[in-house]
Amino acid sequence: MDLLERFAAGDLDAFEEVFRKHQKDVYAWTVRIVRDPAIAEDLTVETFWRIYRSRTTFRAGGNFCAWARRIATNAALDHLRASKRRIEVELSDDLAGPAHVDPAVRRETRDRIKKAFDELPAKYRLVATLALVEEEPYETIAEATGISAGLVKMRVFRAVRILRKKLNSLVIQPGAER
Amino acid sequence: MNEENEKPLRQLIQQGIAPMKDTELQRDLWPQMLKRLQHEQQHEPVRVPWFDWVLAAISGLILVLFPSVIPALLYHL
Repeated sequence: MDLLERFAAGDLDAFEEVFRKHQKDVYAWTVRIVRDPAIAEDLTVETFWRIYRSRTTFRAGGNFCAWARRIATNAALDHLRASKRRIEVELSDDLAGPAHVDPAVRRETRDRIKKAFDELPAKYRLVATLALVEEEPYETIAEATGISAGLVKMRVFRAVRILRKKLNSLVIQPGAER
Repeated sequence: MNEENEKPLRQLIQQGIAPMKDTELQRDLWPQMLKRLQHEQQHEPVRVPWFDWVLAAISGLILVLFPSVIPALLYHL
């Protein structure tokens, strides 16, 4: 009986082994979505709790990493939906722009980008974060979210459209583009 | 969908919001996981199998339809 079979059968030692083997991957994926290490740790535990609960549905010989990533994405999405607190996006210190631009203006620009991003609906924020900020391929996002690559592309497009409306004045400023 | 038109906005977002640099897990989360498992097991509601409910319902029905069996049942208990 291999490790995943023992895990699916409810063996706690096997679950511990699976947990230790995959916790880093699940955390790394989750923290890129929620962008907060403490929340990502909690969500990693939540993800493995969901994995443990639904262990009997895992097909022997299936791709555990892909299955775990999908569950992690759903847990992160639930968090984004439920959380009243806005996610803290890590803002780049070197927001490109002409050197002569006032730092206060740059700060304001970053704040506007952050605010616009935070105001996106959760399902758009999820794909937009992964596609636009983390530059994950659409196929990877599709696999993790359980939707088609076409739908991911559509959601990114809609997110971009919403952001465009909110950030229109920034986009048309030649200085802000570079 | 014209991706070329969206390029300036994409660039602006990428310049304004940095990708996560540190995605390395700093500590082992197994102790936390173990606590969660113990907590969930302690607070797990008692689950009664469906056939137990069926058995209870049938017994109740018999007692309602044939109340005369109650003294016999009590005698045997």
